[in-house]
Amino acid sequence: MTVNPRLYPLLATIGIFVVAYIVCWLQFPYMLSTRVAGNLLTDNAYLGIVAVGMTLVILSGGIDLSVGSVIAFSGVFIAVMLRDTGLHPLLVFALLLAVTTAFGAAMGAVIHGLAMPAFIVTLAGMFLARGASYMLTIESVPIAHPFYDLLKDAYWLMPGKGRLTLIGVLMLVAVAAGALIAHRTRFGAQVFAIGGGEQTARLMGVRVGATTVGIYAFSGFMAGLSGIVFSIYTGSGYPLATVGTELTAIAAVVIGGTLLTGGAGYVVGTLFGVLTMGLIQTYIVFDGTLSSWWTKIVIGVLLLLFILLQRGLLRVTALRA
Amino acid sequence: MLLTIRSLSKSFPGTRALDAVDFDLAAGEVHALLGENGAGKSTLIKCLTGAYSRDAGEIRLDGAPVSPASTSEAQELGIGTVYQEVNLLPNLTVAQNLTFGREPRRFGLIDGRAQADMAREMLRGYGLDIDVTRDLGSYSVAVQQVVAIARAVALSGKVLILDEPTASLDAAEVRMLFDVVRDLRDRGLGIVFVSHFLDQVFELCDRLTVLRNGQKITTERVADLDRVKLIGHMLGRELDDAIETAEHSPAAAQEAPEILRFEGIGRAGVVAPFDLSVRRGEVIGLAGLLGSGRTESAELLFGVRTAQTGTARDADGPVAHATPREAVRAGFGFAPEDRKTDGIVADLSVRENIILAMQARRGWTRPIPRAEQARLADEYIAKLDIRTSDAEKPIGELSGGNQQKVVLARWLAMNPRFLILDEPTRGIDVGAHAEILRLIRDMTDAGMSMLVISSEFDELVAAADRIVVLRDRRHTRELTGAEVATDEIVRAIAAADPREAAAS
Repeated sequence: MTVNPRLYPLLATIGIFVVAYIVCWLQFPYMLSTRVAGNLLTDNAYLGIVAVGMTLVILSGGIDLSVGSVIAFSGVFIAVMLRDTGLHPLLVFALLLAVTTAFGAAMGAVIHGLAMPAFIVTLAGMFLARGASYMLTIESVPIAHPFYDLLKDAYWLMPGKGRLTLIGVLMLVAVAAGALIAHRTRFGAQVFAIGGGEQTARLMGVRVGATTVGIYAFSGFMAGLSGIVFSIYTGSGYPLATVGTELTAIAAVVIGGTLLTGGAGYVVGTLFGVLTMGLIQTYIVFDGTLSSWWTKIVIGVLLLLFILLQRGLLRVTALRA
Repeated sequence: MLLTIRSLSKSFPGTRALDAVDFDLAAGEVHALLGENGAGKSTLIKCLTGAYSRDAGEIRLDGAPVSPASTSEAQELGIGTVYQEVNLLPNLTVAQNLTFGREPRRFGLIDGRAQADMAREMLRGYGLDIDVTRDLGSYSVAVQQVVAIARAVALSGKVLILDEPTASLDAAEVRMLFDVVRDLRDRGLGIVFVSHFLDQVFELCDRLTVLRNGQKITTERVADLDRVKLIGHMLGRELDDAIETAEHSPAAAQEAPEILRFEGIGRAGVVAPFDLSVRRGEVIGLAGLLGSGRTESAELLFGVRTAQTGTARDADGPVAHATPREAVRAGFGFAPEDRKTDGIVADLSVRENIILAMQARRGWTRPIPRAEQARLADEYIAKLDIRTSDAEKPIGELSGGNQQKVVLARWLAMNPRFLILDEPTRGIDVGAHAEILRLIRDMTDAGMSMLVISSEFDELVAAADRIVVLRDRRHTRELTGAEVATDEIVRAIAAADPREAAAS
């Protein structure tokens, strides 16, 4: 049985994750426990969710630099709303998701309507969202609401005393939903088409404008959802939080095997990209002697590796065609 | 008639691209559309596919008047197009490409299995045995081309326009494509076939229409026409009234010493291996129709494209010319066809454009002194009579003829031994035209050798000592002495194979 070459980058990602886990396990057998696995999911939940949105954006050949600021804005928005109004958190969540989705849609509309590079439009979005969170407050606002305590403590105790938390599950659901949208809907097919070539996509009947708006709206929604998860995880809203998270998300997407220039990749690969990065962090915690900056160095090396791999694959396919 | 076009006209500022053109396409025929550059072929096709809106005239499909406003509207009406550059997405699977926009769904989600089945069904009858779940980009251009045809036929199903579909295919792939096209013809589609390859037109097509300068020249059955007549139609020149040629003194050039010898230079799919010997002070002309491999030959000689086979040598031994850099070092020069994109740097001044190649040869660590630059620029401005207010004017503001002279000056400053000029007079007014020809003469009198490519055969005849004729990416014949004449060129291009050409 031959493997479809489409799957090579995804298989490479999963392979690297498995090898990395085996290396960790050989050194620290305890790494292979449901506790570590559960924490891996919980600690990286917000990153995984936002990376799913980023995957769709990158698949379309774009980029969304605003998501880190949007996550911070979400936390501050929730904290301030809960502090200053009597609204139920669920209603606040709905409001927030509407705001971030509309924000993403607006950026998509500008990108398409003014034919501007996504890089510069979402860079503006990044400053706008960060500024908006400072407008709401300049200090960390704790969230104290009984419903929040409920969310924070919601988990299922796996065999081996590992905790599968609500936010961890939410991330897995987000990945599954993202995968369905990207790979099993016409919208997803149009996203890949735009990533493959906008002009050709138009000739094949893609409504590029509507799709672009949809892509960035989806990314905005995921950033809002990620903000909710982050606020549950930290129990507060802080305007200086998650600076640079957009870049970490991009790194996760690329390590997940998605082509940075768009048109090829898998959402589930992004999950493994996030988990690989989380695994490196966990290893450093276990080791105890290494500085946490080693995480960044390993991620840098992995990124480079994947860019080289993609170049190589492109060359191989070009040679064969 | 499946498709009838009556007195279709389309103008662009400054040109009348189509002038009351008529065209008929019957169901079950392959109809070739021929013409040289600027004849109006692509304008006609774009009017048909909705990319352009016409100024006047009528298009009827199945008797009903149509005026598609976009490619997708044309597609819905039944007019599908396949271009040389495959307009599908290489990053999607074959199945995704074929079913794009009409994916079978179950519970709102795309059903991958049904999608693959649908794709296989669409590809049935095309003789392709491929895995539809793989990326389209992992297959050859020929396969992609057939997939594009399959999609166009499935979406449109009445008229299929093939715009230069064979330009990047090899012989076996062309045969496969032709089988597909014949099969579609037998299924009752009307097929418009645009190609520069006359052999293919004679092999495949039932009728042909020739356009020239935006006008329809003729529509004839292919069986009733011979090559010489067809080329006469395309070039607007009957053999009988071929313009008599200027006097030649070929003897001198023929006896001059050989300075360069190329043997077996070629690259698969670009130009078949050819030999070329260059004598001191001679002008070699390259003649052929568009797409015959003229420019490609020059690019192989200058290293713009790397030759896969062949050697070059001069009196001192082998000459490296695998890259333009090496070619310049070997004393070659190349003024490309598309001056605007390949020849000049529009924002740089006349002076900077002139010294460009010279500076490149010296390397950036040894800048040419400013005074020397100015001297060179002024010298060539005077010598070539370049009309510019001063040497610091951006070259983009000069007229086409003067830009061309600057490009010539750039290479003259290098004093190359072998200079290649690709269409040196294109887009230049008549006065400048004559001046460029005079310059070519002056330079060769001074001992420089040249290779001149031109689609103006009269110009070639006037300038060249020898003419090499190309056809279908092959150097088919060399004309020398008294043979250097326009009607000989036309005859050589028309000849079905080189032996026949030699015999005629």
